[in-house]
Amino acid sequence: MSAVELRGFGWRHAGRKAWAVRGVDLRVERGERVLLLGPSGAGKSTLLAALAGLLADDSGEREGVAEIDGLDTRKARERVGIVFQDPATQLVMSRVGDDVAFGLENRGVPREEIWPRVAEALEAVGLAHPLDRDTHALSGGEQQRLALAGALALRPDLLLLDEPTANLDPAGAALVRGSLRRALSRDTTVIMVEHRLDEVVPFVDRVVVLAPGGGVRADGSPDQVFGTLGKALADDGIWVPGQPLPPPRRAAAPPGEVLVTADRVALAPRLAPTDLSVRTGEALAVLGPNGAGKSTLALLLGGLLKPTAGRVVASSVLAGADAARPPHRWRAADLTARIGSVFQDPEHQFVASTVRGELEVGGRSPRVVDELLARLHLDHLARANPYTLSGGEARRLSVATALAAAPRLLLLDEPTFGQDRRTWIELVALLSDLRDEGHGVLAVTHDPAFVDALADRRLAL
Amino acid sequence: MTIAAVMQRSTAPLARRNPVAKLVAATVFAVGILFTLDPLTPALAIAAELVLLPLFGVRYRTLLRRGWPLLLSVFGVVLTTILFGADRGGETVFGLGPLDVTTGVLAVALGLALRLVALALPGIMVFTTTDPTDLADALVQNAKAPARFAIGTLAAFRLVPLLGQEWQALRMARRARGIDAGGNPVAAARLFASTLFALLVGAIRRGTRLATAMDARGFDSGVSRTHAREQRFTRADWVFVLGAVLLTGAILTVSIATDTFRPVLG
Repeated sequence: MSAVELRGFGWRHAGRKAWAVRGVDLRVERGERVLLLGPSGAGKSTLLAALAGLLADDSGEREGVAEIDGLDTRKARERVGIVFQDPATQLVMSRVGDDVAFGLENRGVPREEIWPRVAEALEAVGLAHPLDRDTHALSGGEQQRLALAGALALRPDLLLLDEPTANLDPAGAALVRGSLRRALSRDTTVIMVEHRLDEVVPFVDRVVVLAPGGGVRADGSPDQVFGTLGKALADDGIWVPGQPLPPPRRAAAPPGEVLVTADRVALAPRLAPTDLSVRTGEALAVLGPNGAGKSTLALLLGGLLKPTAGRVVASSVLAGADAARPPHRWRAADLTARIGSVFQDPEHQFVASTVRGELEVGGRSPRVVDELLARLHLDHLARANPYTLSGGEARRLSVATALAAAPRLLLLDEPTFGQDRRTWIELVALLSDLRDEGHGVLAVTHDPAFVDALADRRLAL
Repeated sequence: MTIAAVMQRSTAPLARRNPVAKLVAATVFAVGILFTLDPLTPALAIAAELVLLPLFGVRYRTLLRRGWPLLLSVFGVVLTTILFGADRGGETVFGLGPLDVTTGVLAVALGLALRLVALALPGIMVFTTTDPTDLADALVQNAKAPARFAIGTLAAFRLVPLLGQEWQALRMARRARGIDAGGNPVAAARLFASTLFALLVGAIRRGTRLATAMDARGFDSGVSRTHAREQRFTRADWVFVLGAVLLTGAILTVSIATDTFRPVLG
């Protein structure tokens, strides 16, 4: 009997016209490791939620069959474990040991069995912290390992992984992948959704590609699927291993005047004193491990935080007569016309109820708004609510809002984080264009490919 | 007063008592004080609380550091009563501009201030010495509170520190978008409201995700839950609660015997 069986399975969220996922036929045998792919919006996460038995009957409409070991997924919950993307919203308890124990308590495991199983699960994922360590004090990578331990302590037959490394820096992601490799026995079935394919492909023995309109588009070994469909999948935005990226574009001209200078600028305890300047017509990448203060540096340069030591000096090219004052004391309307900041989480920056409304904030003329919508391929979404956009669309909109007041300097925090291949390529092209038009571009990033493709200069913190 | 999500569990004799016992004792004590309006009863209660404080392992310095908002509000109450108190009987002690500050006004102000402190201290003593996880465990195991409520609240509580970070990010993001109040109070209120709304939307989304993750680990399985950590309600806890009842009784007795007792009702 196969571990997982889907026959004509479909799900439509309540109140939605389109099916999130439909017409999926899939058999997965015990112990198989399956990578689930598909363009954003193909219903990958919905399918995992269905397999985990987490789609409540009253939250949408179901069709077809979804079974695990012959049981409906809603009745097979104790055989399934799932790890989600965001560590902050899947850790339940304040202490490491208590968090792993949480699931065991829920399943009615007797106390004398709980603690040995907690120790076993923590050992399996390689977390050596004392049981009473505060879960807030762990790094993102450690928190995801803990979430994995919480799922494994329940000894699931089927483990579902919904982009478990998407919110992590490369070091944290490597920690979690290491844990997966050492912790999983060969008879645990694994179905995972993941964007960083280079790293996970050695771990899986089967790739299933969902078609955006419903059904399964391809199913086979990684070599088969990527061999026949590699180019087509890459064009759909999937990060297929071995598919080349467009060649990097270096600056068309040498950099021009200085726009902003950081002079021993620091914010205790988040950023040690740092020197830096950004010029017109150059793209600068700021690199460094988590906690080095990269995002803080971008906020200080962007006039959004006040330094505790040193200063940020804007040039008269950037600020005219206002250059005598530090950016954090400028009026917001002046600030946004000089420095555009793009936050890591696009939703933080949304203030209007439509995409068009976002770009009209501050009284932009309809002509400027139309140009921006067209340039960032958002024209067909002008009336959509910003909160309903996909990850790639939300990123493009957040860049568009920063460009709306035509600032000379653009600061971006992890702009390529979690983006599909298509958005990534568009973003690199757009930023290269802006640089060549004479903007100064500074990006805080963990993404080595992005640095290669764009940066004229790098600063490592 | 801030409550850490994880605290070093205290070994002081009264801090070690079962969290439910501490809650019950504090409630008994507070209700006893609420019965009367005279200044003597709360003064005695405060004296008893300050004597007991070391047994909870709370240092007087810590109390001062955590309790300063309380002192601030006490000052506010005293000032308001002196300025606006209706009971202006008794002799005039001194004049304050057009106001006569009388012994009657001072007695009422003093009574209110002492009551406020006497009521707040037991709460501070319980919450600075009780780990939130232990409290939730004890509520479920000893007070038979539903786990869905107690553990669910505990889990939601873990998300609270995130709200502060989120608020700061939203404020900065609005400034980056060119939106500020510019000293206009109406614009400031609107900005505050729109930021708060965004904060709530984010909090609801995070709460939903957390609930899903909890259910994925069987929180809604309907199986009878076991307890990884045991909370015991021992004889010492009964003695502790009884002690609180006796102490409350003794204080009220003194206040009645000295004829200062002024019941709230009647």
